[in-house]
Amino acid sequence: MSAAATVPGIGRPRLGKALPSALWALLLLTPAFVSLASVSFYPIVNGLYLSLTNTSLITQENEFSGFANYVQLWGDAQFWNAWWHTMWFTAASTILETVIGLGMALILCEAFKGRGLVRAAMLVPWAMPTVVTSKMFGWLFDGQNGIINYILLHAGLIDQNINWYGSPDTAMTTIIIADVWKTTPFMALLLLTGLQTVPNSLIEAARMDGAKGWITFWYIRLPLLMPTLLIAGLFRALDAFRVFDLVYVLTGGGPADSTETLSTLSYKVLFSTLQFGYGSAVSTAMFVTEGIIALVFCLYLIRQIRRAQ
Amino acid sequence: MNDTRSPLQTVFIYLGALLILVWSGGPFIWQFSTSFQLDKALTSGSPSLIPDPFTLEHYYNAFVEKELHRYVWNSLVVSLATTFLCLFVGSLAAFALSRLNVRGRFGILMVILSVSMFPQIALVGPLYLVATNLGLLDTYTALIITYLALGLPLVTWVLFGYFETLPREIDEAARMDGVSVPGLLWHIILPMSLPSLVTTGLLAFITAWNEFLFALAFTSNIDRQTIPVGIANFTNQYYVPWGDIAAASAVVTVPLIVLVLFFQRHIIEGLTQGGIKE
Repeated sequence: MSAAATVPGIGRPRLGKALPSALWALLLLTPAFVSLASVSFYPIVNGLYLSLTNTSLITQENEFSGFANYVQLWGDAQFWNAWWHTMWFTAASTILETVIGLGMALILCEAFKGRGLVRAAMLVPWAMPTVVTSKMFGWLFDGQNGIINYILLHAGLIDQNINWYGSPDTAMTTIIIADVWKTTPFMALLLLTGLQTVPNSLIEAARMDGAKGWITFWYIRLPLLMPTLLIAGLFRALDAFRVFDLVYVLTGGGPADSTETLSTLSYKVLFSTLQFGYGSAVSTAMFVTEGIIALVFCLYLIRQIRRAQ
Repeated sequence: MNDTRSPLQTVFIYLGALLILVWSGGPFIWQFSTSFQLDKALTSGSPSLIPDPFTLEHYYNAFVEKELHRYVWNSLVVSLATTFLCLFVGSLAAFALSRLNVRGRFGILMVILSVSMFPQIALVGPLYLVATNLGLLDTYTALIITYLALGLPLVTWVLFGYFETLPREIDEAARMDGVSVPGLLWHIILPMSLPSLVTTGLLAFITAWNEFLFALAFTSNIDRQTIPVGIANFTNQYYVPWGDIAAASAVVTVPLIVLVLFFQRHIIEGLTQGGIKE
């Protein structure tokens, strides 16, 4: 919110005088408000209520049960298992995507032949439906005939086929790889626009003074890019935290719950066991965790911006 | 600025560019090639990028056995309806926020943005109950209403960003000429924003076309299921039909890729302008 106050444009003359214009504004904003209120806010509030009941579509119960669901949640090993997996997935994919994305952005920042083609190709993973990505990685990383195993085997990097997403040891890694593949190029494009706002004269001046590429990157580009990097990282982390499609389609949370995330766990509790009360408690806990992640990021961001000033 | 580059750096840059190209395009090219190869060739242990022999068997399976076209039709109906609704509702909101006297407009924009970050799994349970009570399960309506709200934050943000770049003198001139508020939006602002409308429309379309979670929860038969649900259920009893899946993937992804490549410049501009604004 505090960032909003610094955006230029406030206080410029607006069309129309007080009443008709304000009325029009209200009228024009109503459809959007109704849509978001009914599809986003209502479910959150309703979910909060459901999480305090023993609602089940099987037993047809829906009585208030206080914090019983949360007490059960606290002692539920499956929930904590999914919680840790989700945190690990979020941290690993966000960090990898930001670092590799930055590397790609630095390359794209340079002028070279065919840059337009590379930039266009980078939108392919982003545009592809996640379910298709999931199936595609299922084929690429197939334990028997997957091309990845074939390449690694023939390059001498592995001795025998790896059962990538079929084994609890490597399944989560495979999902992280798939996510990194899908999201990194887009991250790079976002960071690229941030990099392009760094004035070239600054870099030229540093080069004149004899600064090497690495130095100009570390002391000029990176600090100036930091806000963009953090905001992009925040959005990426919040998005990664919700991961559902990839996991549900590729492994369904298995093998042996080794890839179960909060979204897939909630979905199963909701739609397989039809315990809407307990399922809502899981998703509310998830909402709270996501809020905390956002808060920590924002506090860090504000501190970074303050320090820069 | 190339003159300061050493040959080594140039080699490094081209190598990096090649790597990015293979990263982005490689997996899908392999998927595309897979869709034209016989199962026998795919499991032979010596994969080849060029299909030999070339076959359309998997496309036949995808359309005739799995009735892929029915999923495509459902997805088209839902995605197109979502796109137009998103553009309509989103442009009204963005116009009001950008051009009219709205108090706390940036607060409102922030709320809209944070809504898009809500975990969707927290929405799906309560919405499922509502849809059940209203008899909306297995309907296009349920999906369209949901997708409208999912696409709206991005559409509003990007359109708002674009409207802000249009000079305010236009508003003044229009007011002098006695143009009403809706007239200003409909006759002046929207026609000037066509490029932005096309790209935001594309973003809304992609959101709806690719959505999986709600489609999975709200639909249970092929009459209403969309492509992601259809492809997720592409399994045979005894083995995974990788070839058929690859064919279906190609069918639903290639048009999207063509569209995206065609509008790529606008997409990158639109998204960065709306998504990350310092």
